[in-house]
Amino acid sequence: MAELNPVQKVKERFPERIIELWEKSPKRIYITVGKEDAKDMVSYLFEDLGARFIIMSALDTRPGIEILYHFSFDTLSKIVSIRTLVPMPFPEIESISLIIPGAEYIEREIYDILGVNFRNHPNLKRFILGDDWPEGEYPLRREHKGQFPYRTEEEQELYREEIRSKWEK
Amino acid sequence: MGEMRTTIPIGPYHPLLEEPELFRVVVEGERVVDIDWRTSWNHRGIEKIAESKTYDQVTFLVERICGICSTSHPIAFCNAVEDLANIDIPERARYIRSIIAELERIHSHLLWFGLAGHYIGYHTVWMWVWRYRELVCELFEKISGNRQSYAMIKVGGTRQDIKEEDYSYILKTMDELEPKMNMFIGAVLDDPVILARLKGVGKLSKEDAIKRCVVGPVARSAGVDIDTRRDYPYAAYDRVNWKVITQEDGDVLAMAVVRLLEILESIKIIRQCVEKMPQGPIEVEVPEIPPGEGIGVEEAPRGENFHYVRSDGTNCPARLKIRAPSYVNIPSFRSRFIGERVADIIIILASVDPCYCCTNRMVKVDDGAGERTLTDKDLLKLSWEETERIKNKFRGCKRSKLLE
Repeated sequence: MAELNPVQKVKERFPERIIELWEKSPKRIYITVGKEDAKDMVSYLFEDLGARFIIMSALDTRPGIEILYHFSFDTLSKIVSIRTLVPMPFPEIESISLIIPGAEYIEREIYDILGVNFRNHPNLKRFILGDDWPEGEYPLRREHKGQFPYRTEEEQELYREEIRSKWEK
Repeated sequence: MGEMRTTIPIGPYHPLLEEPELFRVVVEGERVVDIDWRTSWNHRGIEKIAESKTYDQVTFLVERICGICSTSHPIAFCNAVEDLANIDIPERARYIRSIIAELERIHSHLLWFGLAGHYIGYHTVWMWVWRYRELVCELFEKISGNRQSYAMIKVGGTRQDIKEEDYSYILKTMDELEPKMNMFIGAVLDDPVILARLKGVGKLSKEDAIKRCVVGPVARSAGVDIDTRRDYPYAAYDRVNWKVITQEDGDVLAMAVVRLLEILESIKIIRQCVEKMPQGPIEVEVPEIPPGEGIGVEEAPRGENFHYVRSDGTNCPARLKIRAPSYVNIPSFRSRFIGERVADIIIILASVDPCYCCTNRMVKVDDGAGERTLTDKDLLKLSWEETERIKNKFRGCKRSKLLE
């Protein structure tokens, strides 16, 4: 289908914007780009090169939150991952959900668990955490101890009342 | 009439497959105009737990993500770790992995078809299909000791061998299953009522399938020709002959056809694997996992499973990202529901074979006042009534006329 290797095409299209290109094996390619260039790169891969969007993954590292966009070229057996770093303490990046509707829910999930704010997301609401989970606690950040925030007996009772009144409405 | 809208919450308790999930379907009269998905009442935090387990323990952990595709997650995870550490697994382990994965595909597809029959009021199909699924479960018990969660897979190979005296038992079960499946496929695809209920319902166009990034039988039924087993050969799939089943229509019927024909392909793969099974070790010694990252993909019964593993050089993964197929397949409802009738909701929901525990998240209902509520039982009843109505309409007609 594609005569030229997609990696070559990406190199030609964005010669200055690629920070690092690592071919781990012929089937696994990692491209590091700046935070502002990630959206252009994603739209080029998805719309022009016809790659299939697999998923995003996010990881809290020392310098900031690392986001990877995984794409698959099924006919060529290549998985291309775009890597970008979103600096702390206020991680923010442009949303890709308007280009790829399939990315809507994973962006909401990353917003929940790592607190990355996706600009221009159509519906950036809480998705996987419970509605009683406190604001500003992100369970997959490094500083989080993996415990549900503690409630005293009275607070727990108040919380139950609140849920009950919601249901009785 | 634009104001006459009703919201139907489906779920969160046991909407379909006895698992928690909520769909809020907005209808105008009988037509669906919008649908929203909320999830995660059973969040188990598996990705977080995995960060504190060793690589060997994580294979057991990911096996517990889903009870139905319980071997797909370990295979995807092991693929990822083997990609990370450049481990080449022995030939015999590859064949064993293929056999286990394909047996699982057969039992998962049969389970789905039985439930689909139940949802449209065809209880005969339900009982009939599950009787043959039992053969596969018994075979699993014989091979691995368990009907579910076989614990056969480990990083660097397999945990258990398939004994040579079991080969004949596997082949015998396949011989028993194949004619039954052929008969079953013929009977189902020839039934005018099933055709009337499933054809043209819940259509997903090829463009939408690509945009929503759906995978597996859902994508293949809409004409997107992807299959991880062929595109990223793992286990022994590049060593046997089989073909990828695709359909063009993208409706519920096409999805059923893809799954049914895949069962026959799976039987073909298992037969060849047993015949070609080489002798030799079933595992290699796993070196220390170096720092780095690895990606593993695997074709589960519901579609592509994706695992991303990051290692920092310790004996536990630093991060494990799991993308189960239902996570991308379920949002495709937004494209396929609009304009459909209420009676068809339940079969469309069932059509992607949603696996809620795979998405490992949870749901909340926050029902506003004045909304009419239908439970899943009401919906099932509606669906059954629709089938009865079609049956009555067709009663006494000539078959050829029905199929027009």
